[in-house]
Amino acid sequence: MDEIAPEYDVVVLGTGLTECILSGVFSVKGKKVLHIDRNNHYGGEAASLNIEALFKKYGNYSPGEEPWKQYGRVNDWNIDLVPKFLMSSGELTNILVSTDVTRYLEFKQVAGSYVQQGAGSRATVAKVPSDAAEALRSPLMGIFEKRRMKSFIEWVGTFDPKDPATHKGLNMATCTMKEVYDKFSLETTTRDFIGHAMALYLSDGYISTPGQAPEAIERIRLYGNSVARYGKSPYIYPLYGLGELPQGFARLSAIYGGTYMLGTSVDEITYEDGKAVGIKATMSGMEPEMKFETKAKMILGDPSYFPGKTKVVGHVLRAICIIDHPLDGTSDNDSCQIIIPQSQVGRHNDIYIACVSAAHNVCPKGYYIAIVSTIAEGSANHHLELEPGLKRVGKIKEQFMSAPIPLYEPLEDGTKDNIFISKSYDATSHFETTTDDVRDIYSRAAGEELVVEGLREGIQVAEN
Amino acid sequence: MASRGPPGARGGMNTRFAQFKLVLLGESAVGKDQFDSYRESTIGAAFLTQTISLDENTTVKFEIWDTAGQERYKSLAPMYYRNANCAVVVYDITQASSLDKAKSWVKELQRQANESIIIALAGNKLDLVSEQPDKRAVSTADAEAYAKEAGLLFFETSAKTAENVRDLFTAIARRLPLDQVGPRHSRPGQRQGVSLNPESPNTNVGGPCAC
Ligand SMILES: Nc1nc2c(ncn2[C@@H]2O[C@H](COP(=O)(O)OP(=O)(O)OP(=O)(O)O)[C@@H](O)[C@H]2O)c(=O)[nH]1
Ligand SMILES: [Mg+2]
Repeated sequence: MDEIAPEYDVVVLGTGLTECILSGVFSVKGKKVLHIDRNNHYGGEAASLNIEALFKKYGNYSPGEEPWKQYGRVNDWNIDLVPKFLMSSGELTNILVSTDVTRYLEFKQVAGSYVQQGAGSRATVAKVPSDAAEALRSPLMGIFEKRRMKSFIEWVGTFDPKDPATHKGLNMATCTMKEVYDKFSLETTTRDFIGHAMALYLSDGYISTPGQAPEAIERIRLYGNSVARYGKSPYIYPLYGLGELPQGFARLSAIYGGTYMLGTSVDEITYEDGKAVGIKATMSGMEPEMKFETKAKMILGDPSYFPGKTKVVGHVLRAICIIDHPLDGTSDNDSCQIIIPQSQVGRHNDIYIACVSAAHNVCPKGYYIAIVSTIAEGSANHHLELEPGLKRVGKIKEQFMSAPIPLYEPLEDGTKDNIFISKSYDATSHFETTTDDVRDIYSRAAGEELVVEGLREGIQVAEN
Repeated sequence: MASRGPPGARGGMNTRFAQFKLVLLGESAVGKDQFDSYRESTIGAAFLTQTISLDENTTVKFEIWDTAGQERYKSLAPMYYRNANCAVVVYDITQASSLDKAKSWVKELQRQANESIIIALAGNKLDLVSEQPDKRAVSTADAEAYAKEAGLLFFETSAKTAENVRDLFTAIARRLPLDQVGPRHSRPGQRQGVSLNPESPNTNVGGPCAC
């Protein structure tokens, strides 16, 4: 076995997506990277597990039972722990294409994006209109509202943040989204699905924040552009589950010389003058275990490796449901997202349902995996907070739900101690905040903006 | 991203073009890097390709995946084995221990990869024993007996002189199910997903993919 080098440019702890993208980028840029995970699998908190591993993680069965055996071959299951989709015109897609990691992966469209109106027995779901033509057909609006919506969508398409002529006389520096909605005389229910199902805001805070309008409009454009890319929905999803994403970037890193060690626990981070300078670690799973020490110019990692250096900023509630039917009201689609806006069910935060199926090679034929999630608002009875979402899912064969999942953020930006910590995967339904975090960490750690376009050019070895 | 789709003639009148994923495994220093004679370096290559013409009308392209060193500390990702149609497990005929390692890779493949995976065992560095027969540490008969028992194709090769390398790829190609739809876009237009390539047409689900 090769020796561990005495020093690395970057030591990365945890193989979540954020860490693996950074590891891949640093390796391509010629940095010497050591990448460690305490688990024996890739993905960290955002891994995809098989059904046996999922039962074992949640422990919801009696000793001696093997409930996973009724669900076919264990390895036909790839169940995401964190539900997210890629926006097809989003930043993660851009990074995947620029780094050529798309070569290792195959993507499929998510078949539909829906929004719920009403609650309880009167609740209905409808497809989120993505362009002017769909707006005119949508059951979400009355006849006059449809026209207003059409002119709003057309205006969003022509909006240029730099050209005041496209701003309808509004001052974008201070303008709130409420003023924009007012300008188009849009009804409350329309504002609701625009803000929550298209701009994908989790709560209503964005409406009254001065100067927020350009960002909201940009989000609506991203939604529209993403739908326009392949039709049907703005989302795409990797075959075999989201766990393929970190594996793909880890392979990129390895191809450019990155060293990978799973099943390795970090015993200590060593410091000199308040700055992290290396790690002591133990690789298990071999006889005898291998203890080693190495120096690092900087250390990156997920919050779980740096207790005391992070704070909790909220909690997410998640229920992973195994079902054997498509979701009601989604035209029997093989996959979908349903958003239940907070206003419809008397909450402050939306409830999301993400559903994928055998069409994505994440479960055997006939099954679907639906994950219901929201941001926790109370301190007890969390299953009740998810209830409107679970109702929408319908008959559930297996449900996996843990205590509220804390969301961590680093206390400091890393410039003082050379430790650059990622944020937990948040409650949003896509990866845009994850790639924001990647860019943010990269600029703090490398002291320059991350440019992924053309990243591999000039370094790539020719193919025959 | 041009390597994914077949170049040129996509299954014209009587031509067949099939693409398969091949994974390379074996102990360190047995010669995996040299194995594909077109290979330049492991650094920076997603995977290399090797094209074999079986006859006038049939071309098989191997998409060769190297472990990129991820096996060194038991960190090979499931993605590596995923949908691999075939594997070449390499050992060094001048190092007895490398055959033991090869056997453990074969076990790992049988555990992790598709049931239908075709595995070839390659006893490499044949040129060394041609010059100095006493350097041989693994007899041909022993390795062949093991390969037969485990259901593997078997060749002794020299990656250095290219002896038997092409024969080995050809033998694998002949065993592959050229007429069936392979699990991994093994024929033109078989890719089931969407192309993320910016230039690609808007809707190409199920259609031929150029990425
Ligand atoms: N004589 C001879 N030498 C060979 C042959 N194949 C490879 N070598 C040499 O063996 C050494 C190791 O070869 P590599 O291809 O780097 O080995 P590898 O299997 O890729 O090793 P790792 O990347 O460490 O897993 C190199 O010095 C090669 O030149 C062969 O057929 N004959
Ligand atoms: Mg090598």
